[in-house]
Amino acid sequence: MAEKLRRKKKKSLQEREDRMGYLFVLPWIIGVLLFVLIPLGQSFYYMWFNIRITPLETKFIPVGTGNFTQIWLENPEFPQQLVTYIWQTIVEVPIIVVFALLIAMMLNGKIKAKGFFRLIFFLPVIIVSGPVMNMLVSEGASNIPAMNTQVVINAMDTFLPYSVARSIGDLFGNMIMILWYSGVQILIFLSALQKVDPSLYEAAKMDGGSGWECFWKITLPTIKNFILLNAVYTVIFMSGNEQNSLIVMIKNAMFSGTKEKGYGYASAMAWMYAIVVTLIVLLFFLLLGSKKDVYDRIAAKRRRALKKEERNLEKVRRRNARNVRRLEKARKSSRYKTYDGHGDY
Amino acid sequence: METIKARLTREKIHRFIFGTREKQGFGKQLIVYGLLICIGFVYLYPMLYMISTSFMSRDDLLDTSVKWLPNHLYVQNYIDAARSMNFVPSFLKGILIAALPTLCNVLICMMVGYGFARYDFKGKKIMMGILLFSYILPSQVTMIPTYVLYNNLGILGTILTFVLPALFGNGLNAPIFILIFYQFFRQIPKVLTEAAAIDGAGHFKTFFRIAVPSAIPAIVTVVLFSFVWYWNESYLTELYVQGLSTKSIWTNLVVQLKNFDSSFETRASVGDTATSLNESVRMAATTISILPLLIMYLILQKQFVESIDRAGITGE
Repeated sequence: MAEKLRRKKKKSLQEREDRMGYLFVLPWIIGVLLFVLIPLGQSFYYMWFNIRITPLETKFIPVGTGNFTQIWLENPEFPQQLVTYIWQTIVEVPIIVVFALLIAMMLNGKIKAKGFFRLIFFLPVIIVSGPVMNMLVSEGASNIPAMNTQVVINAMDTFLPYSVARSIGDLFGNMIMILWYSGVQILIFLSALQKVDPSLYEAAKMDGGSGWECFWKITLPTIKNFILLNAVYTVIFMSGNEQNSLIVMIKNAMFSGTKEKGYGYASAMAWMYAIVVTLIVLLFFLLLGSKKDVYDRIAAKRRRALKKEERNLEKVRRRNARNVRRLEKARKSSRYKTYDGHGDY
Repeated sequence: METIKARLTREKIHRFIFGTREKQGFGKQLIVYGLLICIGFVYLYPMLYMISTSFMSRDDLLDTSVKWLPNHLYVQNYIDAARSMNFVPSFLKGILIAALPTLCNVLICMMVGYGFARYDFKGKKIMMGILLFSYILPSQVTMIPTYVLYNNLGILGTILTFVLPALFGNGLNAPIFILIFYQFFRQIPKVLTEAAAIDGAGHFKTFFRIAVPSAIPAIVTVVLFSFVWYWNESYLTELYVQGLSTKSIWTNLVVQLKNFDSSFETRASVGDTATSLNESVRMAATTISILPLLIMYLILQKQFVESIDRAGITGE
């Protein structure tokens, strides 16, 4: 009894302590309500209306799915750009991540002038911003003059849909910009690589493993989570960068003076865009998400078996106790007579 | 005798190129350095192109024999571009626009990260989920109602539109920073805070006296990245801080660069500039808008490069 009381008191003390956590997190809770969740609901509400702003009042004219039909049927640019965006992201993100990993591995090796190379490869982190990139692209600083992308596009157009071919063609044309997107990713990979236990490599080398095997069997499994992290980061970065023409389109629609556009129209666009971005992130999660390796699977199986055994044991114990109780009861009501060592058997 | 000698040299060559287990071979090193230098050049190419073009006069631009080095340094481009961008006010305001929200971001994200890492309250998992969700969600979805909200509050076109969300832990990329602090504070041993509690420190005193001083590496990381990201943000700056109205006084260099063409044209039509709009001027403007961060990077490069290491983002 005393122990039980003490445990309860201890728990409540811990709980009281933990309640202080709310105080620390409070600003964020307010912020997320104010700037994320409520606006999210509001824009969901907006997208079913045509919103007209006059100096006197803001008119909400319900249009049902009118905004969507408007976007999909009468504004050919948005769906087109959306498809291009999807292909571009799906093609470019793996390239960026692989490049970042490659560069990080080279920087992590034993090389001279490491500091100098790091200086160069992190430079884009500082510079990359929408207007700067747009400026550089428009002046032709972003493509290598020797590459003729039109040939590539034409060659691939024969057996791939045009949008796919074009996004791959853009890829070659914009190689430098793609490389420039991989600054933060290199940083993350580099620090992940430095955390890999060097004794693992030593052990592998003792057993005669080559560098190639070490990469696939040690490096890659260790940094698997960071590949996912980098992929997600890249998707988000590309979705919010001003080089992305979709978000510019949404902003323009927001302030467009025409009758059918406006806040409602832009909200509908933004929602579709958000769903697409979320789906792409989800796709990478599914592709790169942590599949448990063999050891984990076996361990989990064993744990499950142990638990089952325990449950069975518990069941048997309970049944025994129940039987004992029942027997006791029956004996008390003297339905059965047991031999107690006195008198006749 | 002959064959043994031949084999010996072949082995030697093999070792020389591919290396042994202890020492990297020459061939491998050659490939690594070659790749690094090539990719490094590709990285630098736009910058070099930008800088070399920005110094070209009109004659150099038209002269096909001038490829990389201009005949003489033509600084007029820079003067024109800087004048058209209102360099000094834009620069100072840009610093304010980046620095004030960064300050709020660091303080609040540190607090929130500490709260998540140290305490184990109900609903924490859901909150972390929402945190991640708010990072994945593109800001375009919430942008329109937020714009309306700021408009109703009457703070559209002021710096408050950036400071206010940052004060409530929802500034630019705040989820990343919260997670950085979360990771960091999880690594400090609980004994430390418990000892402080036994010595009679309250929760906030523990936070300010123990947690904050130990989090200096993480703070450096967050300050650097937050500053850079705010500095480079043009989309939201134009929408909120400038409020898309020409009357607002708030602007930064990146937004000026975005609207460079039109503003330069209007200036040129008044006859305020010595040159007409051409590549060189635009590249000069780009260089100007990059320059402050570039200088900062060169000074603080060590902090940048090592920041993520020391902040222990990757200490899962």
